[in-house]
Amino acid sequence: MNDWVEACAADDIDEEDVMRFDHDGRTFAIYRSAADEYFATDGLCTHEKVHLADGLVMDDIIECPKHNGRFNYKTGAARGAPVCVNLKTYRVKVDAGKVLVQVG
Amino acid sequence: MARGMVIIGAGECGGRAALALRDLGYDGPVTLVGDEPHLPYERPPLSKEAMASDAPEIKAIASHAVLAERSIRHIHSVQAAAIDRAAHTVRLSNGSVLPYDKLLLATGSTPRKLPMPGPGARCVYLRTFTDALAIRGHLGTGSRIAVIGGGFIGLELAAAARKLGAAVTVIEAQPRILMRGVPAEIAAIIHQAHVAEGVEILCGDGIASIADDGKEARVTLVGGREVPADLAIIGIGAVPVTGLAAEAGLTIDNGIAVDAELRSSDPDIFAAGDCCSFPLAVYGGRRVRLEAWRNAQEQGALAAKNMLGAGEAHAAVPWFWSDQYGLTLQIAGLSDEGSSTVRRDLGDGALILFHLDEDGRLVAASGIGPDNAVARDIRLAEMLIGKRARPAPEALGSQAVKLKSLLAA
Repeated sequence: MNDWVEACAADDIDEEDVMRFDHDGRTFAIYRSAADEYFATDGLCTHEKVHLADGLVMDDIIECPKHNGRFNYKTGAARGAPVCVNLKTYRVKVDAGKVLVQVG
Repeated sequence: MARGMVIIGAGECGGRAALALRDLGYDGPVTLVGDEPHLPYERPPLSKEAMASDAPEIKAIASHAVLAERSIRHIHSVQAAAIDRAAHTVRLSNGSVLPYDKLLLATGSTPRKLPMPGPGARCVYLRTFTDALAIRGHLGTGSRIAVIGGGFIGLELAAAARKLGAAVTVIEAQPRILMRGVPAEIAAIIHQAHVAEGVEILCGDGIASIADDGKEARVTLVGGREVPADLAIIGIGAVPVTGLAAEAGLTIDNGIAVDAELRSSDPDIFAAGDCCSFPLAVYGGRRVRLEAWRNAQEQGALAAKNMLGAGEAHAAVPWFWSDQYGLTLQIAGLSDEGSSTVRRDLGDGALILFHLDEDGRLVAASGIGPDNAVARDIRLAEMLIGKRARPAPEALGSQAVKLKSLLAA
């Protein structure tokens, strides 16, 4: 399970923001927190399969751009209607200015 | 022993309220009464995804399993016949009587009817999943569809019908489509998108008559033109369902009148969603009624809180969206509160109009663009509106200035 994949450069994402990353037919959302930490989740909202990377990051929350479903992007926890299914999260590390995601 | 909480109306608002009561820890009886045979379901897909599918399915708000697990009793296919306020009971059309401690009316709205006979086999309205199935059955290559009313539902249905190869004519009595609530500049973009897709749009002409012989609807316009159609779909707005409340003597004012906590003129009866009018705090208490999915959801949850005594005032900013072809429209706030606009271009044809009042306060934002291009900035605008912010017009208009930075100011 050493399937680390390079997603982007660390400074491709602004602080408290999100970026879409597609890999091998799958789509992920990569987050940079206001405290300069990086996180990754599945890229599609569990409500209607919308790309979360078009949504707004505020504090620990990513909000779906379509219907405002909210998730804690650090834990994947669904945070209220209309979403009720949690997001899958992935391990992330930053190495030499690159953001790596463990996609396995 | 608790008599319990009764919710009349098992749509978005009622369904969310029932779930919210349990989320908040209420452990007395919760009864959800709906007049449709289905589980509580989301209505927005009825004019969108349901039309795109060969076999539309209900998008349930709660499954049978969730309702059972949360001890929510769902009584379906039944109407509420009368409220006895003194006895704190509701009588249903099947004769049963439900006692309540607090009652929530989430009766929604019903399509506004044209002043002529119908609906019929070839002349229909859209409100329910059953309506959607009937409409879907008529959409296909070569079918002729007349859409009466150039509002959100009519235009979404027009787009869906066109995608399935139907010949579509939209008839709007007003001088332009989306007259209510959508700025002319954005309505023009949507109009163009429909024309580019081959939809014929006729504005400024009313309906003189519709003849439905069971095989065809023949729509005759006031100006004399005839539009023959395999199906005429009427989408000319909605009216609140207030009969039950009115008969119970509750105050009605463009819907069941409620206070900021969604309480009606009876302190043990609440109303929420499309059926109620309420004071909108963000505009100084202006009384409005909203026909919107998110409002139904938020007010359902807020009503649940206040039925349990939270005493929390409604504070949300109205928010609407529509999907047509690859375009998404999102609006935060009510643009008629504004006296001037500032335009912000986001690239790829996406744009937002910010509506400012005479004091320079941001009161609404209307955005349109491909997919979800405007979503993030409309959400930020919604927060600015909620804060009653007065952002500099130059900053709103400049793509170089991040809206998030204005929120911190």
